Amino acid sequence: MPVDMRTYLGHVELANPVVTAAGCAGSGPELAQFFDLGRIGAVTTRSITMAPRAGRPTPRMAETPSGLLNAVGLQGSGVDAFLARELPWLAQRNVRTVVSIGGGTVAEYTALARRLNDAPGVTAVEVNLSCPNIEDRGRVFARDGAASAEVIASVRAVMRYDVPVVAKLSPDTADIVSVARACVDGGADALSMINNPLGMSIDTETMLPSLAAGTGGLSGPAVRPLAVRCVWQVRAALPGVPIIGMGGVLTGRDAFELILAGACVVGVGTALFHDPYACTRVLRELEELVAARGYQRLADVIGLAHRPPGATARHRTDFEESSL
Amino acid sequence: MQVTGTVLTTRQVDAYHALTVVAPGIAERFRPGHFVSVAVGGSGTSMLTRRAFSVHDVKPDYGGTVEFVFAVNGPGTAWLAERRARDTLDLVGPLGRPFPLPRDPVTCVMVGDEYGSAVLFAVADALQRRGCRVDFVLGGATAGRVFGAMRARRMAETTTLTTGDGSLGMRGGVTDVLPGVIADVRADAVYASGPMETLRGVTAVAVEFDIPVQAAVEERMACGIGVCMTCVLPVIGDDGITRMVRSCVEGPVFRGERVRFDDVGTIPFDAFGAPGGGSRNAG
Ligand SMILES: Cc1cc2nc3c(=O)[nH]c(=O)nc-3n(C[C@H](O)[C@H](O)[C@H](O)COP(=O)(O)OP(=O)(O)OC[C@H]3O[C@@H](n4cnc5c(N)ncnc54)[C@H](O)[C@@H]3O)c2cc1C
Ligand SMILES: Cc1cc2nc3c(=O)[nH]c(=O)nc-3n(C[C@H](O)[C@H](O)[C@H](O)COP(=O)(O)O)c2cc1C
Ligand code: FES
Repeated sequence: MPVDMRTYLGHVELANPVVTAAGCAGSGPELAQFFDLGRIGAVTTRSITMAPRAGRPTPRMAETPSGLLNAVGLQGSGVDAFLARELPWLAQRNVRTVVSIGGGTVAEYTALARRLNDAPGVTAVEVNLSCPNIEDRGRVFARDGAASAEVIASVRAVMRYDVPVVAKLSPDTADIVSVARACVDGGADALSMINNPLGMSIDTETMLPSLAAGTGGLSGPAVRPLAVRCVWQVRAALPGVPIIGMGGVLTGRDAFELILAGACVVGVGTALFHDPYACTRVLRELEELVAARGYQRLADVIGLAHRPPGATARHRTDFEESSL
Repeated sequence: MQVTGTVLTTRQVDAYHALTVVAPGIAERFRPGHFVSVAVGGSGTSMLTRRAFSVHDVKPDYGGTVEFVFAVNGPGTAWLAERRARDTLDLVGPLGRPFPLPRDPVTCVMVGDEYGSAVLFAVADALQRRGCRVDFVLGGATAGRVFGAMRARRMAETTTLTTGDGSLGMRGGVTDVLPGVIADVRADAVYASGPMETLRGVTAVAVEFDIPVQAAVEERMACGIGVCMTCVLPVIGDDGITRMVRSCVEGPVFRGERVRFDDVGTIPFDAFGAPGGGSRNAG
């Protein structure tokens, strides 16, 4: 029996819970050569900035065990080019689009939100809080609840009411739950986690850092347990807030793990580099898995791992048969 | 497109390994200069990123085969070197922008350094079919690392070989002999593939002779399909503005004189979007 895979980001309905992770899907046409972007829940853009950015010098990537370090540095042509070309391309194809924004000051985030406000085709805005705060000696916003909340509140204040504002959190903070709570208090309609924790690798041949930038963001299965932990803790503290879970999802099983921890939407990032069809495959595998566990609705398994051990899972249609 | 292909043959060519894989969809769409990306390590591997290899040859056998040539460099290429006939390989391709071909029958010098030479033979074939004259300059650190000397001799008007240790041909690098070859054959264009440093030298020579050079570059790639932004290098556009462009989709073949080889690995201060003013220059 087909599973009802619909899910909600605030009041916005997505056909299914699989989205691309920010910065991992190009601007749309690249992946559209492999699959119809309309078949997944949404495409998340790379973080859009006000001005064009050339990014970091190369090498920008290094492979690590079950992971990848990257230091791209938000390369992009800026919001004007995004609104002129990239967003219309997605909108014309009716692709659900979560627009990620990145800035160095509260004012920059706010200005970006204002630019997106009347643009057609914005399904949600995801605020990348893992950007250095120029006004705080480059300390990343996401480390600090108050700084994050300030950004979220001002973006929420200017963004159209019917576009959910999603706060994207980093695991590189002392207490992710308190940052999450501050963002929700600041007006976030949903939370997204995890952005890349910082890592580093040194080339023992050249005896220098592998990346030109020195440090880089770690992604891939290496960070999955970190992602599951963050989603779990935030879900436990804020059970009513929708969570986009991401970090190392390669298969439907991995997506299911994040959903059981409490995510209602799952982002696929690094897996796309290995398998351009990863999103549609993860979706298919996830649906099969939910069905195999005896459920007909995705909604019934979200956060299910939080039930007390031994408690009966509700809505399980095959329960009578399977517990003979 | 993605193809799970069966390894047809493996061979060792001096310092290099060559794998021929049955991959009909890729062979069919192939143009000289394309590359493929190969998943390494098998299922459940800890190696997440695909490895990029230029396509050396395609053949119509078994619906279409693709051959690539590689040197063992790290764990991924070491795993590939252990593949045997009938193993399966997961390929994505053909990727990248192929070599442009001239409309008129001109004289072209093909310059290949190390395994970089492998990509040039399909181009040379295509050029000859258009009535072009081709001459080869092939080099490597040692005799075993000069790839394709025999085949070059068979097809080209002239073939000049160089080795760093002098064990084959002239002692030195391909850029040392290139000016002489260009002058002798009165070359109209250069096609080059090899390490960045070689391409820099080859481009400088071509610029000196005021002839176009098509260079296939190699930058670290995580995806090969244009979504990760890791493979960029500074390239001057038609409008004169330098941008950090993706070598996997806008390359790997570029007009050599458009690539700022001296600035590879940096963000030039005047590049589009560079910190502190580049974006203003772009208007
Ligand atoms: C367009 C293109 C064509 C290429 N064609 C050939 C070819 O025909 N024959 C050949 O032997 N090699 C070729 N290379 C280089 C080849 O991709 C690397 O040698 C290979 O990825 C190294 O993998 P590894 O696991 O052995 O090394 P590792 O150093 O362990 O690789 C780690 C990571 O770095 C990346 N990487 C390392 N070196 C390179 C490099 N030089 N270029 C790109 N990515 C790199 C790998 O993809 C991997 O993600 C080509 C590269 C590119 C970009
Ligand atoms: C190459 C690369 C670029 C990324 N760019 C962004 C970005 O622009 N904005 C953002 O919020 N996250 C960015 N991320 C983080 C991902 O969106 C995601 O949170 C993280 O990689 C974990 O998921 P994964 O393991 O599936 O990749 C990037 C990740 C990678 C690997
Ligand atoms: S390798 Fe990912 S964009 Fe080129």
